[in-house]
Order: sequence, then C-alpha cells, then structure tokens
Amino acid sequence: MSAAVREIVQEHGRLAVDLSTLPDDASLYEAGMTSHASVNVMLALEDAFDVEFPDEMLTRGVFESVAAISAALEKLSVQAA
Amino acid sequence: MTTAVADRDATFLASVVELADAIARPNADDVDRNARFPVETIDALREQRALSAFVPTDLGGAGVSLRAIALACFELGRRCGASGMVFAMHQIQVATIVRHLDAEGADSFFHEHLRAVSAQQRLIASVTSEVGTGGDMARSVAALTPNGDGTSSFEKQAPTVSYGAYADDLLTTLRANPDAGPGDQVAALTRKDQHTLEQKGTWDPLGMRGTCSPGFTVRATLAPEQVLSAPFATIMTQSMVPISHILWSHLWLGVATDAFDRARAFVRAAARQKPGEPIPAALRLSHVMSDLSLLRAEVRGALDEFEGEEDRERMATMAFALRFNNLKLSASDQAPRVCQGALGVTGIVGFKNDTPYSVGRHLRDTMSACLMVANDRIHQTNAGLLLIAKDV
Repeated sequence: MSAAVREIVQEHGRLAVDLSTLPDDASLYEAGMTSHASVNVMLALEDAFDVEFPDEMLTRGVFESVAAISAALEKLSVQAA
Repeated sequence: MTTAVADRDATFLASVVELADAIARPNADDVDRNARFPVETIDALREQRALSAFVPTDLGGAGVSLRAIALACFELGRRCGASGMVFAMHQIQVATIVRHLDAEGADSFFHEHLRAVSAQQRLIASVTSEVGTGGDMARSVAALTPNGDGTSSFEKQAPTVSYGAYADDLLTTLRANPDAGPGDQVAALTRKDQHTLEQKGTWDPLGMRGTCSPGFTVRATLAPEQVLSAPFATIMTQSMVPISHILWSHLWLGVATDAFDRARAFVRAAARQKPGEPIPAALRLSHVMSDLSLLRAEVRGALDEFEGEEDRERMATMAFALRFNNLKLSASDQAPRVCQGALGVTGIVGFKNDTPYSVGRHLRDTMSACLMVANDRIHQTNAGLLLIAKDV
C-alpha cells in the first residue's frame, strides 16, 4: 500500500524534497505540500484506488503523511468489505 | 446556553449599544472624513471592559459568547463601520488565543497575557498580510530567527496593519524558523515595548478610513513562550478564518442595515410630505429589502452553524472551510449591493455627504469587503476544494 501511495504523492504532492528520503510518518506539509497540491493528491488517490473519501475524512490530518494516507485507505476498504 | 452566559451577553450587548449610540455614531463622519482612528469609541469600549468581553471569567474577562461578540460587531457597524472593524479585528485575535490556549504550563504566557488584556484593556492588532505572499495568509516569508541567547527576532514587511500604530500588542504570523517552508507557520504575540513599526506609505483609502491601516515594517524581539503552541494550520482553520468571516460579515451587515434604515427614513419623509401620492422610491426600497434579507440570512445562518458546531473534527473538513469561505464571499458581494440600492432610493440626497440620508460612507466602507482577503483568492481556494469535497 505505502509504495503505491508514495508513487502518487511523489507525482502530485509537489514536495520541496525527494519523498524517497522521508519516512512514512514524515509530515508532507512540512515537506512543502500545499493545500492545493493535497487536493490533487486526494483526486489521484481516489482514482487509483477506486474509492471516495467521505467529507469527514477530507481533513488536513488524514493527508498529513504517507502512513496517515495508507491508514485512511485501509479504513475505507474495511468499510467497503 | 446557560443563564449566566445569557445574562452576561445581555449586559455586554446593552453597554455596547449605548456607547455605539452615544459615541460611535456622532463621530462616524469625522472619523471617515479625516481617516482618523475612532479613539473616542475605542476608549469607551475600554471603559466598558468590552475589549476583554470574550476572555473567560477566570482570566478576568466577561466570558460572553461568540454570538454576543458578533452582535456587538453588527451594532457598532450600524453606527460606524471603522469602529466595528477595529473591534472585530481585536476580538478575532482574542478569540484565536482563547480558543487555542493549551494547559497553563505550555501556554502560561498567554494565560498571563489574557489577564493583562482584561486588567489593562489592551488592544490587539494582527500582522498576517505580507509582501511577497500574494495575499495568501497560509504562507509567510518572514521567519522567527533565534538570537542565540534564548530570544528570537523577526522583521516582517506588512502591506497593511490595521490600527497598528494604536495597538498595544501585535499577533504576527511567521515561518517557525529560518529553515521552515512558507507554510510552516507560527503565531507570535509581542507587546508595544517589544516591537517597532516603521510606516511604509500613506493611508488615504476609499473606505474603512478610520481603521488606519497603512503598511509597516514590523521588527520585534521576543521570548519563546510568546509563540502559541497550537499548530498554526489548526488555529487558522478552526478559529482565525471562520471567526474573521463571522465577525466581519456581522459588521458589514450592520453597515448595510444602517444604509437601508436611512433609505427607509428618506421614503417615509417623502410619503409624509405628499400623503396619497405615489412614491417611486418606495418600490425601490422594497427591492433593497430583499437584498438585505438575503444578506442577513446568510450571516445569521452561518453564526447558528458555527455556534452549534464546537466539533473541532468537523471544523477541519473541507465542507466546513467551504461554508465559511462562502459566507465571506456572499456577504462581501451583498453588503455593497444593499448600500448601492439605498443610494438608488435616496438619490442626490443620499449622494451628498452631509444629509441625514447620506449613504456614501456606507457604500465606500462595504466596498472594502471584497478586498479583505481578496475574493478572487477565496474563490480559487473553493474551486480547488470543490474538486474533492462531496457534501457541500
């Protein structure tokens, strides 16, 4: 999961640093992801994983790190099952 | 709401209405004409201890609700838009601090400072705008820079600091440190004896002239505990942005309501002069009332939603951001529309600056609304959020 998430964040997050140098729990916002870029990350995640983030999950915290995004995706697929 | 809070709210509001009538209204035209700070009104608010109205009672304040503060902005706005704006902006800073106070240990400076706000009725201004950020409050250029002796310093170029020269304290947004990215921000509070303001340029604007908001270079040295411990992104989404939009929109509603009241007085006077004859202006007044009703519904509805909320989780969602961004957009569009409608009713009598039906100041004051955080920027933010938000 985290590898696929990393690929999307790398492509759409417009980070100021190379994502491969960051651990899963590093703050993407501190790494330079703007709120505008985070919307693109969310859109790409929805497309890649064929999910829809409900409004209560569309918060800054949920997209804070690769680990947080992976946890949110796992939660969604658990709910769908 | 408890009875105690309801009583405190009622006492506070009654005192604000009284001083707004006695002091803000008679000085409004002079404040506007001379682009001068509404010093009498702010002094009267201090005397009524209104500057600490939102500070909790255990820190020496009156502990009134945000609703009471919003209604006070409305009442002041009806008499003097600039006084209402100064009061609103001060309360935004107070509410921001109060709502994000950590335990006494982590934020003991701010606990102590709120006691000082209550005891001394200190006026707090904000330094959020910055040259080079394109008007984006969520980005900073200036950074909090350690001096090596435990203190830190900053120098910030602010294109506008409302009533900066009259404030006792400044709440300034900064990058957390010299290596931090533009979005990694903190909010720091400095006292008058800790900062200097070097004015850049003049202050002769179209409206809201009494807010005295020229540009300044702000320089300060401060201790580490003068930085709010809560993450600024949280402070901004849960308090600073929605409360700004609620309080601003209430005072704009106040200004627009006074313009409408003047137009109605004009129509009544005309009707009394020629009883039984048709009055074309009366029809126009009815149209203005429709616009005013829409504005009032949006403004009051948003306040109800916010007060019912106190679910900080939901406040972090995009749907919440969209709602309170939209409040700002629609109120700032609608308020000048009401004032222009009132001008259409009153005609040349309202166009003159020295009649009981003058509405020029109201129109000019409300025209500033779309610039305070530019509407284009907010639309751009909303456009992005709408790509992904579902339930709006």
